[in-house]
Order: sequence, then C-alpha cells, then structure tokens
Amino acid sequence: MANTQAMTTSFMGELLTGTHNFGTAPVRASGATDAFKAALYLVTATVNASTTAYSAVNEVSGAGYVAGGVAVTFGTPPTATNASATAGVAFVTPSASITYTSVTLATAFDAVLIYNSTQSDKAVSVHTFGSQTVTAGTFTLTMPTNNTTDALIRLATT
Amino acid sequence: MALVTTTKGEMDDSLLEKKEGFVDNDHEYTTWVEYWLAGELVHRSAHVSLKKNVSSAVEAASFN
Repeated sequence: MANTQAMTTSFMGELLTGTHNFGTAPVRASGATDAFKAALYLVTATVNASTTAYSAVNEVSGAGYVAGGVAVTFGTPPTATNASATAGVAFVTPSASITYTSVTLATAFDAVLIYNSTQSDKAVSVHTFGSQTVTAGTFTLTMPTNNTTDALIRLATT
Repeated sequence: MALVTTTKGEMDDSLLEKKEGFVDNDHEYTTWVEYWLAGELVHRSAHVSLKKNVSSAVEAASFN
C-alpha cells in the first residue's frame, strides 16, 4: 500500500451539497435542496467569474420575461466519481431544459447566470452563447449530458 | 397549416415567410426560426444546446 496526495472526490461532491463549512456562514437551517434560477443578460452586461450574486443590472427585459428569470431544476443530486487514486470529478447538471416561453427580448443577449435564490441569490455559474433575440417566441437552453466530461457544473482534481 | 404565435397574435404559417438557421461550433449547437410578414419580423424563437461546461480545478497542496 502507498499513500497518495489527493483532494478526495467525496469532498468535491460534498462541496456541491454544502456539507463542509470552513468559514462562519451561512448556517444551513435545513437539509432541503436550495432553489436555483436562471437569468438572461444582455451582450452589454459583464457577468463573469467575479459575479457574486444575481443583479437586475443589464438583465434582459421584455414582454413575458420576469426579472430574475426562471426556475432551474436539479432533479439529480451531484455525483462524485473517482478516476484514479489522484483524480476525481464531481458534477451536476440541471435535469431539464431552461425555457423562457412566450417572450419578446428585442435587445441582444448572450449569457445566462445560474444562481441560488435560496441563499441570497448567490451566483453559481455563467454560461455564454451566440447573441440572440426573441420575438413572440420561446428561448430554450438544453443541458449537456450529466457525466464526468460534459456536465454543466464540474469540479475536477488537477 | 399550423398556427404561429406572432406579435400580431396567432397566425396561419401559410401567410408568413419562414426563415431557419443554425450555429454549430465547439461551444453550442443553436437553431432558430423566424417568421416574417411583409418584411416585418413577427416571431423568432431560438434553441441553444450548450456543449461546454464550466469546470473548476481543485488541488491538494503538498508539504514537500
């Protein structure tokens, strides 16, 4: 037997479920799954890795679109998988497409912010795509396959 | 014949000019459909399939 330096894969998976807290907040009052939402942002917005929480600044607006966006469903809990003694991946993907139905978004947008509406709208991830507009129509974001390589949100050991 | 939701209400698609397109690259596969009436865009929908995820690397530091 030999010991191998590694971030444990179970820890990565548990980060996605809020199991560990190295700081002083938040104190989670329940084990219930948080609610997540997805908001669309104009091409003139600046949502990126430094975004800490949802903001209505430069969010899209238009008929049928409610500020804050739509609910995101995570029907499948995060998965953590070992690839070797030193490598592992934890991942999670929404279990359904994110759909904005019957909207008119006349100003071009190219990003969606997924955020935790239970935890003070704290930001989770930003995903970009080619510039779009919608006119009396539907905008749909289809999720990638929920696996070790394609999942929408992925933590991996280096 | 099919009804299309437009800026002017439900319309028979036979009255409209239909345009479709797609974008396929490393980042996304996107399809879109537009309906035009006398040069006016009255419906546009888009469907984006994300290909790239956001990935964060994590590392345990060594003591030696």
